[in-house]
Amino acid sequence: MIDTVNLTRKFGEVTAVDGLTLHVDDGEVFGFLGPNGAGKTTTVRMLCCLISKTGGEARVANYDVGNVADAPKIRRLIGLVPDNVGLYEDLSAYENLDYYGKLYRRTEAQRKESIEYFLKMLGLWEKRDAMTGTFSKGMKQKLAIARALIHDPEVLFMDEPTANLDPESSKTVRDFILELKKEKKTIFLNTHNLDEAQRICDRIGILNTKLMAVGTPEELERSVLGRKTVVRLRRVNDAILGAVKKLSLGSMTREDDRLTIDVVDPEEENPAIVRAIVEAGGDVESLSVLGSTLEDAYLKLVREGQ
Amino acid sequence: MSEWMPWAIAGKDFKVLGRKKSIAYTLVVFPLVIAVGLPAIGWLLITRDAVLAANLIPYFNVFAFFFVVVASFLPSAIASYSIVGEKVEKSLEPLLATPVTDDEILLGKSLASFLPSMGATYIGGAIYMVLVDVITLQPLGYLYYPDWTAAVLFLLAAPLACLFSVELSVIVSARVTDVRAAQQFGRLLLLPFAAVYVLGEIGIVPLVADNLLIISAVLLVVDVVLFSISRSTFKREEILTKWK
Repeated sequence: MIDTVNLTRKFGEVTAVDGLTLHVDDGEVFGFLGPNGAGKTTTVRMLCCLISKTGGEARVANYDVGNVADAPKIRRLIGLVPDNVGLYEDLSAYENLDYYGKLYRRTEAQRKESIEYFLKMLGLWEKRDAMTGTFSKGMKQKLAIARALIHDPEVLFMDEPTANLDPESSKTVRDFILELKKEKKTIFLNTHNLDEAQRICDRIGILNTKLMAVGTPEELERSVLGRKTVVRLRRVNDAILGAVKKLSLGSMTREDDRLTIDVVDPEEENPAIVRAIVEAGGDVESLSVLGSTLEDAYLKLVREGQ
Repeated sequence: MSEWMPWAIAGKDFKVLGRKKSIAYTLVVFPLVIAVGLPAIGWLLITRDAVLAANLIPYFNVFAFFFVVVASFLPSAIASYSIVGEKVEKSLEPLLATPVTDDEILLGKSLASFLPSMGATYIGGAIYMVLVDVITLQPLGYLYYPDWTAAVLFLLAAPLACLFSVELSVIVSARVTDVRAAQQFGRLLLLPFAAVYVLGEIGIVPLVADNLLIISAVLLVVDVVLFSISRSTFKREEILTKWK
């Protein structure tokens, strides 16, 4: 659905996005993590045909992002939830959505149906005639999401949709994104929130002007420090050590009656470890898996990029 | 360009502007004060001194030039909300992410400023002309309005002055960050038209049909230049990366 090859954007001497090569699948929720000024918003703006690229290639739904003739076609297929909601505070919730429905050339019947559907789904139907200026931040954010979906876009770009929201509103927004995920909507999510990215996204890209890493949350966690299985035994002897070494896993260290073994896939390898220890006459008291978190991975990669 | 899309944009602005009391007051009060105030002063003078009445009557067309001033002032008051207001509310980014073209947005915004301004100017002008006819009918013995001067003034000079203000407001909107600054700029727009009025009043440039045609021609040229500048200013990329 989204493909970029060496996508670059410079503002004068400053490079905001440097050689971004990325692929986002149809129906995938892709998270874009990065510190402030990493180029996340610039990337979204380029993909939404709001600003031009200064290098590389980008395609959204097989349309060329740099092609002037393709830009309106891309805009018809995408929805954008910007970091600032940008609602018309002197218009009601219904009027805000109706206006955008008109801009996307939806018929009156289509607009009516979509507006009712989204406002009811987001719990704003009762407030449909209230001026948006009276809404809480969470309500505004929900309305901005509804606005981006009013024309049933194929791709939804969301720029930090839960930033500055209270925990309850954040949860509502996250739950709604998960609903959209079930509907197989392609979502490109810029976020600072690692927990949110981990819970919602199929894959995550870590950007710090350059793309530092990309993968599933689990792949990213493993890519930095790997995982370790810690086995506590009643007694460790050479037979047990030999049995574990025979499994040809990663490196193993012994500290008193505790063995720490580097593993790649704990779910696959731990049963074999336990079996080998028991067959060698060992008694397993406890087993735990240590691993790096997404936060570890993020911080390491971002620091490397600085 | 879709013919319908600019109307959708203007329609939204009409709705928002209708809920801004200060804009509604400006649209009603400013033209109304001139439409009623100037004939009222004329009526007071005419009823007190017959000689003065004879001298005063030709000046009603000079007074009518105030409606060109009105037409140039009102759009800046509206555009300050229509365009700068979008900047303040940060609603330009989602708007620019829709398939609407830059020209459609520019035309929609221009219509949103132009139409209410001209509507208010014409209503004020109509009231003014009726009142002037009422107070001058007896001393003159014929209807003062309509005449060619008023026709040129209301059908050419006023719309062109209005367009001048609309285009300049778009250009200024790119440079200012708040509604008040845009409004203050709008007040400056009064100066060139006020200067023409003073020149008319003291007889250096009599505000008769011929001179008004020349003024309109100059405004037309300026409008064309300003239109091309405002069009080059109103580009998605410029708006998102350079507008402050």
